[in-house]
Amino acid sequence: MLGGAWIGLLLVALLLAFAWIRRNRRGPSEAASTRIVVALGVALPIAVIATLFFVSDVFIIRTTQAPAATATRLTIRVIGHQWWWEVRYPGTTAVTANEIHIPVRTRVLLQATTADVIHSFWVPELNRKIDTIPGRVNEIELDADGPGVYRGACAEYCGVQHAHMALAVYAQPRAAFRRWLALQERPAKAVRSAGAALFLDGTCSECHAVRGTSASGTEGPDLTHLASRHTIAALTLANTVHDLAAWITRNQQIKPGNRMIDVRLPAPKLRALVAYLRSLR
Amino acid sequence: MTAVGLLERQWTERPGLLGWLTTTDHKRIGLLYFWTTLVLFGAGGTEALLMRTQLAQPNSHVVGPEAYDQLFSLHGITMIFFFIIPMTTGAFGNYLIPLMIGARDMAFPRMNALSFWIFLGSGIFLYASLALGSAPDAGWFDYVPLASRQFSPGRNIDFYCLALIFNGVSSTLAASNFIVTILKLRAPGMSLNRTPLFCFAFLAASFGLLFALPALTADAVFLYLDRRVGTHFFDVAHGGSALLWQHLFWIFGHPEVYILIVPAFGIATSIIPAFTQHRVVAFPLVAIAELLVVFIGFGVWAHHMFATGLPTVTLIFFAAASALVVIPSTIQVFAWCLTILSGTARFRTPLLFIVGFILFFVVGGLTGIMFVAIPFDQQMTDTYFVIAHFHYIIFGAAVFPIFGGMYYWFPKLTGRMYFELPGQISFWIIFAGTNLLFFPMHVVGLDGMPRRVYTYPGGLGWGTYNLIETVGGYITLAGILLLFGNLVVSYVRGERVGRDPWHGPTLEWTIPSPPPEYNFAVIPHVTSAYPNWEPLAGDLVLDEGHQQPITTAADGELAEIAQMPHESPWPVLLGLGLALVFALLVVEKFLVAGIALGLCALVLAAWHR
Repeated sequence: MLGGAWIGLLLVALLLAFAWIRRNRRGPSEAASTRIVVALGVALPIAVIATLFFVSDVFIIRTTQAPAATATRLTIRVIGHQWWWEVRYPGTTAVTANEIHIPVRTRVLLQATTADVIHSFWVPELNRKIDTIPGRVNEIELDADGPGVYRGACAEYCGVQHAHMALAVYAQPRAAFRRWLALQERPAKAVRSAGAALFLDGTCSECHAVRGTSASGTEGPDLTHLASRHTIAALTLANTVHDLAAWITRNQQIKPGNRMIDVRLPAPKLRALVAYLRSLR
Repeated sequence: MTAVGLLERQWTERPGLLGWLTTTDHKRIGLLYFWTTLVLFGAGGTEALLMRTQLAQPNSHVVGPEAYDQLFSLHGITMIFFFIIPMTTGAFGNYLIPLMIGARDMAFPRMNALSFWIFLGSGIFLYASLALGSAPDAGWFDYVPLASRQFSPGRNIDFYCLALIFNGVSSTLAASNFIVTILKLRAPGMSLNRTPLFCFAFLAASFGLLFALPALTADAVFLYLDRRVGTHFFDVAHGGSALLWQHLFWIFGHPEVYILIVPAFGIATSIIPAFTQHRVVAFPLVAIAELLVVFIGFGVWAHHMFATGLPTVTLIFFAAASALVVIPSTIQVFAWCLTILSGTARFRTPLLFIVGFILFFVVGGLTGIMFVAIPFDQQMTDTYFVIAHFHYIIFGAAVFPIFGGMYYWFPKLTGRMYFELPGQISFWIIFAGTNLLFFPMHVVGLDGMPRRVYTYPGGLGWGTYNLIETVGGYITLAGILLLFGNLVVSYVRGERVGRDPWHGPTLEWTIPSPPPEYNFAVIPHVTSAYPNWEPLAGDLVLDEGHQQPITTAADGELAEIAQMPHESPWPVLLGLGLALVFALLVVEKFLVAGIALGLCALVLAAWHR
């Protein structure tokens, strides 16, 4: 298609160059010109667009459509939020955010919905994009040929932090995927620590859930297995002690306008809180 | 007293500022449009360069996300509604169409003034939002529910809705005026097959505006009502539909794209014959193609919504309809090329801009054809590839002829010639800058860079391309500054030229430069599509008041002589009144707004007393 476009551009450029070379001479007669206009301006495009239309919209399109629910082995539900992705695995209790794990060489049905405005789920290397529209469930297929990490992003403008709404798809061998899913299904281990107390009694639990504890907020990402993720804040930062502390205390500087507040904590308390978050494997 | 003296006395308007405020002269209204849209072009361009500066490097902090969102929203709204449309129809159309068809004014001179004052009011209204720090920030496409009260509680979106409704009134008035002018005010003998292609293009654009705008206006009214009155048109929780906004918006929005580009076709078909001294080949095909582009444009809107999860059958229908637009477009491309080939071409600045326009149109058109492939569209929509595609069309193909047209008609407006060498240099700078600015966007788009992001991470390989784009942006700016510098210096120092320095084909070249108030001392009688290349004919002087011959729509036969209105203070007053109404609606003073609307009705009554 790109090659064809270059040929089309070259054709017109050559015609114009020819007109420049012969600028002092008269060209073809009116009748001859009209014939050329009809040939190049009517017949040629009809041939080109008919070919393009049939090849892409009759044949290639079949490979990008959502599979029937019965044809797939796994369904994943992705819910767009301002500005992160909630990921659920129906039939299990697993809930995660921004990092989607799938088994390789498996047809996965992805159902995309939204909790607020229109987003668009797009992982360019795996498939087309699909918008998340209020009141609708849109479906596409994910099918990774090989293991790897596939970067994706929100493709529909969704507010001030649209730029920081990336996601990653981790395609894993089937056994590794099953182990990962089993881990995600488990509730968090009960911990008694200063950090846990800060999390559960403070503002954190109003918006975040940690399954197995009293924290059950749904505004922000589920943090039950936060430490098993590689990134935080929709791929804005790495999931490290340093970045977690930076995020808690000055997220409004890093991702201005995001729905979390800056939580100002004295250094010891901050260390305790981050230690608790890092323990959520 | 001689006939010319008589005409001069009857058509000359008040001098000074008051004259400009009350004018009904299409040439002065055209100039008012020109200067206003030029200021707004400066605003839209500044917004673009601020965005490009922010994006020159990854993770940069030139502007914050909230400012960036307002910038890209205002940039789109400004360039589409407040620069290209008013520059082509308002400035070029107003000034040139009566001259090209041998008329003394537009069909409705006072309505013409009104459409300008409303346009000016809506422009000030829109930019007042920026001064108040609450410019529209949900994009020019303004999708709900992001634009709903829940997610955009400020005044930003109210300004968006009201500015577009306000602006739409102006465009509707202008479009109706052009349709009647082109169909009824052509000089005797100017049958449709002798009407300049320029006029066909503006006819197509005007019909397009007239039928497309109601969808946008309805959409904006619904959204305003949802936001401030509590209706539920787009509210899914109460049985509304979020996709309804998109359908209505693009039912307007896609014809709008062709409305932007068709006047550029008209300018191209004026410049090409003048610089090749050759008739446009396949004239009837080209005229029909200009109208067809807009007509087909009404049936393709859903190709903006291929990723929303519409049924496949719907997608295929709209993809097929979109494919059809290719045919009238290629007809025109090859007709332009063959005309240049057929004649003896002088590659002076205006023709250079048209050659640039053809190349940009072909690049933007070829990337446009690719979107017929639904899977490709679903992959590339909302990426920088789309930005590259439509800027090749909207900047390269719609604005280049505007630049070329400024050079081409400069001697007609001023009686002086621009400087050729700086003119050609300005073309090459803008041409190179534009390609540097927009071509790399294809590459980053294919590489996955989404649109409307205020920043992007390093390490994805997008930085270099973005830096090149930004440099291209500043080069383009330099070229545009040279262009206007050239025109300003030429206005003062340019060589004086007579009525017809180009041996142009159409009627405007038969009258003095700059044209007298009454345009034509003798109403021409037209015997060909290129009347200035034939011996002049005509004997109607019509010097009893503002007289204007009315002809039949198809054959251009003289039907009657109409008396046209004189200058009037009512249009500017009505424009002012409407501006007051819209300002009151923004602050939700519905009762006072009602009273102001009553005042407008009184002004209208006084106007028609």
